[in-house]
Amino acid sequence: MELKTLCELNGASGQEGAVRKAILEAARPLCDDIRIDRMGNVIAFKKGRTGGRHLLFSAHMDEVGFIILDATEEGLLVFRPVGGIDPRVTVSKYVVVGEKKWKGVIGALAIHLQSAEDRKRVLDYDGLYIDIGAKTRDEALADCPPGSYAYFDSCYQEFGDGCAVSKALDDRVGCYNLLRLLENTYDADVTCAFVTQEEVGLRGAAGAAFAAQADTVLVLEGTTAGDMGDVEKVRRVCEPGKGVAISFMDHASIAHRGLYGELMALAQKRGIAHQVKRGATGGNDAGAYQRSKQGVRTCVLSVPCRYIHGPSSVVKLSDVEAQYDLARAYAEEAKAE
Amino acid sequence: MMLDTLKTLLSVYGPTGQETQVAEAVKRLLEGHVDGMRTDVMGNLIVEKRGEKGGKTILFSAHMDHIGLVVTDIEDTGYLRVTNVGGVGVDSMRCRHVVFANGVHGVAVCQPTKGETAGMQHLFVDIGAGDRAEAEKLVKLGDVCVFAPDLIPLGQHRYASPAMDDRCACALLAELLMQLSAPRNTVVAVFSVQEEVGLRGAAAAAYQVAPDLGVALDVTAWGDTPEVKLPAVKLGEGAAVKFMDRSMIATPCVRDALIAAAEKANVPYQREILPFGGTDGGAIQHSRGGVPTGTLSIPCRYVHSACETIDMRDMDSALAILKVFVNGEY
Repeated sequence: MELKTLCELNGASGQEGAVRKAILEAARPLCDDIRIDRMGNVIAFKKGRTGGRHLLFSAHMDEVGFIILDATEEGLLVFRPVGGIDPRVTVSKYVVVGEKKWKGVIGALAIHLQSAEDRKRVLDYDGLYIDIGAKTRDEALADCPPGSYAYFDSCYQEFGDGCAVSKALDDRVGCYNLLRLLENTYDADVTCAFVTQEEVGLRGAAGAAFAAQADTVLVLEGTTAGDMGDVEKVRRVCEPGKGVAISFMDHASIAHRGLYGELMALAQKRGIAHQVKRGATGGNDAGAYQRSKQGVRTCVLSVPCRYIHGPSSVVKLSDVEAQYDLARAYAEEAKAE
Repeated sequence: MMLDTLKTLLSVYGPTGQETQVAEAVKRLLEGHVDGMRTDVMGNLIVEKRGEKGGKTILFSAHMDHIGLVVTDIEDTGYLRVTNVGGVGVDSMRCRHVVFANGVHGVAVCQPTKGETAGMQHLFVDIGAGDRAEAEKLVKLGDVCVFAPDLIPLGQHRYASPAMDDRCACALLAELLMQLSAPRNTVVAVFSVQEEVGLRGAAAAAYQVAPDLGVALDVTAWGDTPEVKLPAVKLGEGAAVKFMDRSMIATPCVRDALIAAAEKANVPYQREILPFGGTDGGAIQHSRGGVPTGTLSIPCRYVHSACETIDMRDMDSALAILKVFVNGEY
C-alpha cells in the first residue's frame, strides 16, 4: 500500500476505523494469522522458517486530529485537539468534519479586528472555531454532532529533492514500513502490531503488549526534526536526509543497551543511513511495551519529520527507506541465542 | 558491616538505565547468603531467601539507579550538551564534578540564562576537549555522567555522598539478607532498575514475583533544616514509616505492621507523609490485581544533590524493624 494512500486516510485516536480497515485488507494475504484485539489494534503474525526468536514491530495507526464539543449560537463549531497540536498551526487551515466530511475552516478573529494587545497574546483553542458555513447552532450540530471528528484537509505530495509533505506522516510511515516487512519471510517469528491511541497516551500498545510473546520489540515512529530557522545546532534532535534516527532514551523508555548497540552496529555494517536521535524528548509506544508484564527489550527507530503534528509535515523519503532497511535487516539477522 | 556495605555500593557507577555494575556489586556481597539470584530482562536483580512452608511471600524493593545527565550533542568546540536522566535540578549541576562510565571526568556548568528560568538547555559539560574530534574520542552520544563519588563524614553519625538515594536502601536490604537466617516468610529482594524515571523496573519485577505483600525501601526528604519543615521527619529520630506520597497511599495493614515491628523491636521510628515524590511501592501496589504495600524510608537531607546526607542510627533502626517485620504473621 502506498504511503500516500495511508496518509490521506482519516483516523485520529479513537476513530482509527478507516486506517484499520485498509491495513487489515493489505496485511491479510501476507501473514499466517491476523486479528483485531479489544483496543482495536491489528495484530498480524508471520511464522518464521525456524522460529527460536519472536520479534514484534509496532507502529501506531492514529494521527492527531480534532473533536467537536459544541457550537456557538452563530453556527461556529467549538472544538479541541485529540493528541497534541499546537493551536498556532491550526489557524486558517482547511479541515473536513464529521461523517459527511463537511468542508470547514479553522478561524480566529481577523487581524484587522485585533487590538495590539490581542496580537501579542498567544492564540489558544478557546479563541478558535471551525466554520462549516452553518448559520445556526442547530444547523451546525445537525451536520456535525458533538463527538464528530475533524481532520486537516491536506493531501500528500512529493516535492523538492526527494521529500514528501502530508498530514499524518507520524506514524503512517511506520505503518507503511510494517506492511512492507510482512512481504518478506524470516527465520524468526514476526508480529506486526498496528496499534491505536498512541497520541493520547500509548493506550493501544499497552493492550497489544499484554498479549505479545516477543523477545524484542522495535517501534517504528515519526519524530521531531528541528533542523530549520534559528534552531541552534545542538537542539535540532535529528535531521531529514541523515537516515533513520535511533533513540538511546526518551521520556517513556530507555533503549535496551544491548539492542541499541546491535542496531547501531547493524546499520553500520549494512551501510544503512542512520543517526542518533540527539535528545531525550517525546514518548512513544516503546514505553508501553517495555513496562508490560515482566518487561521486554525495546528500541525506537524514527523517521525525522519537520513540522510534525500539523497539516504539512515534511520527510525525506530516503529516511523512510532507511527505517525499513534497518528493521528488515534486524529481522533477517535475528538468530536464536 | 552496614557502613562497609554502604561504602561499597556508593562508589559504583549506576545511573538510570545502566545499573549492571551495581547489580554485580550486590551479587558479590550476597554470594552464599541467599537461596537464589537472577537478573531479569530489564536488569532487576531478584534475590530469594526462602521462608517456612505456610509463610507469605514478601517483596522488598530498593532501587540501584541514581540520576545523571545524558549526552545529547557535542559542540564543535568540544563541550557536551546534556539533558536530565531522572529528576535532576539545574542548581545541583552548577560547576559540579561529574564522571562517565569509562572514567572520563567533567565539570557540569550552567550558562548565563539572560533572564530565562535556568533549564537543561543552559547546561553543558566540560571534559577538557579542545574540539569535537577530541571530545568524540572520550565520550559518545547517549553516554551518561553522574556526580563523582565522594563520601564525607559529618559529625558522629552522619555521612554525605552522591547516590544515597537509593544505595543506602540497597545496603540496608543487602545487610538484611546477609544477617537473616530462617525467616518465617519468604523474602524476595528486588534491587530494581529505572526507579528514577517512573518506577519502571519495580513494575516488571512485581509482575514476575506476584508477592503477597510489598515493602519499598527508599530515602525520603527531610524537615529539619532552617527553612524546610515538610515532610516532618528528622535525621537521627529513626526510620520513617510512610503513610503517603504521590505514588501510593500505604496499605493500612502493611503500614501498621511496620509500626508494630518498630515497637516490638523497641527502636525509634517516625511517621511520614510526603507531599511530593514516589517510590517503587507505587508500582508494586498496583501490579496485576493489586498488592498490599508500604514503604520504609531513610530520612535524607539534600535529596538529588551531590551531598545527600543520612544518619546511620536511622539505618540501624530500619534494619531492626525489618528483622522483626519479616517474621510477622500475615
